[in-house]
Parts: sequence; C-alpha cells; structure tokens
Amino acid sequence: MSNQPIFALNQVKKVYDGRTVLNLAELTVHRGEILALVGPSGAGKSTLLRLLNFLEPASRGTVRFDGEMVTADLDLAQRRRVTTVFQRPLLLQRSVRANLRYGPGLRGQKLPPAVEDEWLERLGLMPLADQAAPKLSAGEAQRVALARALVTQPDVLLLDEPTANLDPSNVRIIESIIEAENQRSGMTVVLVTHNIFQARRIAHRTALLWAGELIEVAETEQFFNRPVREETAAFVRGDTVY
Amino acid sequence: MQTLLDAFLNAFQLLTSGDPELLAIVGLTLRVTGIALLLALLLGLPVGALLGLMGRFPGGGCVIPLIYTGMGLPPVVVGLFVYLLLSNQGPLGELDWLFTPSAMVLAQMIIAWPLVVGLTLTAVQSHDPLLPLQLRSLGATRWQLARTMLLESKLGVFAAIVAAFGSIISEVGAVMLVGGNIRGETRVLTTAIVLETRKGQFALAIALGIILLLLSLLANLALYRLQQRGAPR
Repeated sequence: MSNQPIFALNQVKKVYDGRTVLNLAELTVHRGEILALVGPSGAGKSTLLRLLNFLEPASRGTVRFDGEMVTADLDLAQRRRVTTVFQRPLLLQRSVRANLRYGPGLRGQKLPPAVEDEWLERLGLMPLADQAAPKLSAGEAQRVALARALVTQPDVLLLDEPTANLDPSNVRIIESIIEAENQRSGMTVVLVTHNIFQARRIAHRTALLWAGELIEVAETEQFFNRPVREETAAFVRGDTVY
Repeated sequence: MQTLLDAFLNAFQLLTSGDPELLAIVGLTLRVTGIALLLALLLGLPVGALLGLMGRFPGGGCVIPLIYTGMGLPPVVVGLFVYLLLSNQGPLGELDWLFTPSAMVLAQMIIAWPLVVGLTLTAVQSHDPLLPLQLRSLGATRWQLARTMLLESKLGVFAAIVAAFGSIISEVGAVMLVGGNIRGETRVLTTAIVLETRKGQFALAIALGIILLLLSLLANLALYRLQQRGAPR
C-alpha cells in the first residue's frame, strides 16, 4: 500500500431530481489499500461506488483516476481498470466457467485454461466449474461473482455489500480472498459495508459517510479506537440508531 | 364430416402428387415469411434491446405504449397503408413493388416488427435492473451490453420470434391487398385458401389449411428445440 492516490475526489456533488445524495469536499483513495465505507442506508455509499466505477457522472466537482480527470470521454481501457461486485451476484445464466470468461471475452481475450483453472482453485470453485449459475447457493454464487471480477485483474475492485446475504463461513471465505488478492496483486479495494466488524477485520482505512457527507476517514485502528468526531464515536459504539 | 375426410385425403394427395403449382405456393409462402421474419428480427431485436435497457427516458411514456399498440395492428390497415405507400401516386411508387412479393414482405415485416420490439423489450426489462450496471462495470461497451442482454433474454426472444412467425405466416388481409393473389406470382397459402373458399372448393381450401398448419407446426417444433437448447439447466 502506498499513499499515492488512485482516486482523488474534490468538491464532488451528486444530485438526483434536485436532491443532493452525495456532497464530498475531498476524498482520496490510496493505491493498494482496502478502504471501507461505512454509514447508514442512504448515506451515499453506493452512489459513491457508481461514481468511482464511472457508471454515473458527478453533478459537480472533479474526480481524478490515476491522475487523469474523469470525463464522459474517459478511455475504455481506463474504465476497464475498475470493476464492481454488487450485493447480489448478478451472474449470467450460464455455467460458472462461462461467467469467468465473460470479462476477458469483452476485452477480446481468451482466458487460458490453466489460468482459468487457477482462479477456480483459488476461489474453491473447481467442483462447480461446469455447474449452471442459477443452481448455485448464495455463497457459491457470490464467490463466482468475485472470481468473475478478479479474472479481469482490475486495479480497483469496488465491493457493494458483497457479504450482506451470506452466512459467517462464506463471509470469512470472501474476506480472505479479498485480503489475499489485495496482498498478492496490490489491487485497491473500496468496500461498502454495514458490518463494522468486517471493516475492522480487513480494512486499512475506514470512512464514515452520513447523509452524503464524509464525516471522518482514518486508519482503521484509529477510526475504531480513537475517533476524532463525536458522530464516529457514537457510530462505532452503536449508539447511533439507523 | 365427409368434407373434412375429403380434405385430409385431398391434402395427402396434394402433398404426394408434387403438384408444381402447390409447390410454388408453398415455396413463395416460405420465402415471403422467411424474409419478412428475418428483416423484422434484424430491425426489431436491437431496438427492443436498446429500449429495454434505456429504462425511463424522455418520451418513453409515449414510445412504449405506441409499440404495444403496434403489437395489435390490424393487418388489413397495414396492408392499406403499404398499398398507398407503393401505389403510383404514393411516395414509394417508383419502386414498382405493388403486387409483387416485395410488397408482401414489406407489409408483413411492418406487422411483425412491433411484436419483436415489444416482446424483446419486455424480456430485457424483466432482468434485475442492476444487471446492465454489472455488465458495464465488467467492461461491456453499449453494443456488448445489448448483445449480452439479448442472449440473457433468450426465452423472451424466442417468444418474440414465435409470435412474429405466427403473425406473418397466418396473415391474409395485408398480403391480399398489396400482393393481389396473382396466380404464379403472389399467391401464398393464406390467399389461396380464401380464393378456394370463395369458389366453393372447400375440400381444397381445407387441404391447403392443413398444409399451412403443418408448415407452422414444423417451424415451431424447430424453434422449440432451439429454445430448449438455449434454456438454462
């Protein structure tokens, strides 16, 4: 992990139908870090992920990706350096292997069989390789969704509540894969989670978003043990009902 | 009952006799249906996929109900419209298509197109609204996204193909108007059935009807097999 920014947001605002859902004075995502975004529903966390994945433009302000200003004309190759895994797996109605091949296929690449098998092994999916996606359990499906994103070897992986619907054992599997890939490839991870214990377990830094605004961002240890803002302290203590 | 029995015998005899006129009628029916279906699919599938992906868009509240209305267009009205379009004084009169198979293809394509668009857009919209975002996030361009959504909507797309095929092959009013039911030139199974009925040749008319139904059944069997091959297991 370095302090080099991969994303730098300045005075970013996102407005839907006249309602401001995101209003960030400044936020930097460091290259190679795992940054957790926590906060109540409607805080703007998912909106922020969509901006970071270039799926929606900011209404105002600037977003820089790897030093380059993000505009509607952002190069396709740059866009493809970032990908998202959503709360629901959103798999294609095909086999597990075919789902893994989808991302490389979009890039005109063929995933070499040895590499494909390596990913299947790494995510514990080899026994399910030829299974149809609709027949998978929730945990298996989410692992496939994660594998499908990882085979594209993104520089930034955005995770929108990826374990919200999973049992504890699958949560642990997903977390260990994220941590391992972050350490192995230096991939930057931005994780939206409602589970503050998850943020505590795997994030290098944690940020609290509230009503579209960034309340505090700090090293995870400091965020949970020595928060600067009273709102953060109340959130971490669980005093905040949301 | 006797008429029905005669019809089946007649149909069997017609089919086995290799009557050149009947073969020409069947051939033209298949040609006109095939080309009209192909054009309706080529022009309808991308439009249906794009409309399905656009979600709410300005004017969508008018465009989509118009498409749905088009799904129930009275064929004879389409025939009249195409007739006026292709007539000597019409804007496309120079094409000299009136009373030719090309005019019949045009009319049938217009009848089938809204069915293809409407059923495709419904199939595409029936997916999780986050799926297109997920695919874009994985790196899909707009065209790759539309293609993937169509492939993911295979069952709905097959329903569109079946509905379009059914509407085309069974259509009579429009092809009668713009084709003219000219012997050896624009006579297809449906218009031949009308002619034979008017002449009081009921057995022959029913025999032609049985052939039409058999063709339709064979085509739908083939489509069904394709559909089952593409269905998720």
